[in-house]
Amino acid sequence: MIVLRDSGARMVRLQGVGLHYGRAGDAGPEVLRDLTFTIEEGGFRWLLGPSGAGKTSLLRLLYLAERPTRGTLEILGTEIGGLKRDGLPRLRRRIGVVFQDFRLLAHLTAFDNVALPLRLAGRPEGQVRADVTEILEWVGLGRKTDARPAQLSGGEQQRVAISRAVVVRPALLLADEPTGNLDEAQAERLMQLLWELNRLGTSMVIATHNDGLVSRHPADCLQLEHGRLVI
Amino acid sequence: MSDRRRETRFRRGYDDLGLRRALSDRILPLLVAAMAFLAALAAAGAVAASSLALHWQEGAGASLTVQVPRPDEFAESGGTRMDAALAVLRDTPGIAAAQPLTQAQLRDLLKPWLGSQAALPALPLPGVVAVRLASAGADLQEAANRLSAAAPGSLLEAHEVWRNRLSALARSLQACAFVALLVVGSVAVAVIAIATRAGLSARREAIEIVHLLGATDGYIARRFAARATRLAGTGGLIGAVAALPVLLGLAVLSAPFAGWADPDHIALGQALPPALWATLPSLPLAAAVIGWLTAQTTVRRWLRRLP
Repeated sequence: MIVLRDSGARMVRLQGVGLHYGRAGDAGPEVLRDLTFTIEEGGFRWLLGPSGAGKTSLLRLLYLAERPTRGTLEILGTEIGGLKRDGLPRLRRRIGVVFQDFRLLAHLTAFDNVALPLRLAGRPEGQVRADVTEILEWVGLGRKTDARPAQLSGGEQQRVAISRAVVVRPALLLADEPTGNLDEAQAERLMQLLWELNRLGTSMVIATHNDGLVSRHPADCLQLEHGRLVI
Repeated sequence: MSDRRRETRFRRGYDDLGLRRALSDRILPLLVAAMAFLAALAAAGAVAASSLALHWQEGAGASLTVQVPRPDEFAESGGTRMDAALAVLRDTPGIAAAQPLTQAQLRDLLKPWLGSQAALPALPLPGVVAVRLASAGADLQEAANRLSAAAPGSLLEAHEVWRNRLSALARSLQACAFVALLVVGSVAVAVIAIATRAGLSARREAIEIVHLLGATDGYIARRFAARATRLAGTGGLIGAVAALPVLLGLAVLSAPFAGWADPDHIALGQALPPALWATLPSLPLAAAVIGWLTAQTTVRRWLRRLP
């Protein structure tokens, strides 16, 4: 696989970023305020903070589901403010996301769910088959490739969601509570996978409430409170 | 390979957006089939009207007929009344030819009204003279006056007036048929747009997920358009096939007026005018094109709401 990466490039850069939901002119309260930070290539950040602090909103900005209402946002070396709408899909394909509610497609099998980003990227079907099978084996779902999400437990669905996020070997991986439905052993196993990907160069932002996990795997933190960065 | 081609290359039957259920394969084809059926009838109307108009224009342009009652009685001039009328007509400037119809021609002329077996001699038929004009400017009023004098009771029928009236009628019929086609097409667009929007609502979550995973608007629109094209094309095909027996039935009913020698033995290929044979297969094509365009436009417009 060819990964385009300028060495030492900034994967994520925010400069005075603010976000409020609602239409322009009808400005609701800002859910994110004056965020300024940078994540370099291969960087790892825990995203911490109480519920409602803006973790999910910040992740939405980073996976390009929202555009900032203020400030400058740069993702994978591209300034988002100046980017047209049709320039976003190409960037999104280089970002892996584990959603808190998994967001699997209910009518597709585990295999087809994981294969989705590869197929969207136009990978040949042979490679899709090999990559998807490998990752599903790795997360322990090798025997459940044909199961639909409804037939899987919460933990299994979460592992499918994780597989879908990492199968493209993204340049940037974002995860919202990726261990929420996993037991301790599975959570540790997931962390090993994430560290391995990180070592290979994937930048990461992982939002979590799991303090034990954070203390066992110390790394730089982004601590949010009331939409502001406190660390 | 281009992005577009790579994106659309999939395993057969792979339905990532779940459109097989979101865009039902029952209602949409059925509605489009009804539209196609109506379109076929409208097209038949347009073709019939235009061929009638053409027929009248060719047949009735520079000609007129003269009726001479009691043609075989003697006129004041000495000959029969028919001879007297012919003499007047041939003497009139601007008339190129004046030819009395034979009994056989008269029978042909009357066949649609009296049937081919009618015993003509039993009826007091007038003599009929077919007159071909050399130019449109012949003084027909003068000719009519002289005819009345030579063979009283003779009628000179200029076709020009009737031709104009019939042409106007045919043109109006054609216009109505085209308006009907336009309306049917617009309703088809509306039906497909509504079905597509319903499909978008039903699959909103799947679309958002695929969108966040990096699907382009074009990719999502193509998935919808492919489905809508298939369903609309199927509907168009059903409608066209359903319209065929109806059109053939109408053609057989109108056969005696269209000059077919033997209405009971008509080759299928000649039963309908070529324009109509071309129209029928183009209905599924048109439905498919309308389906593709409508779905593309509807989906792309809807997707603008996503970031």
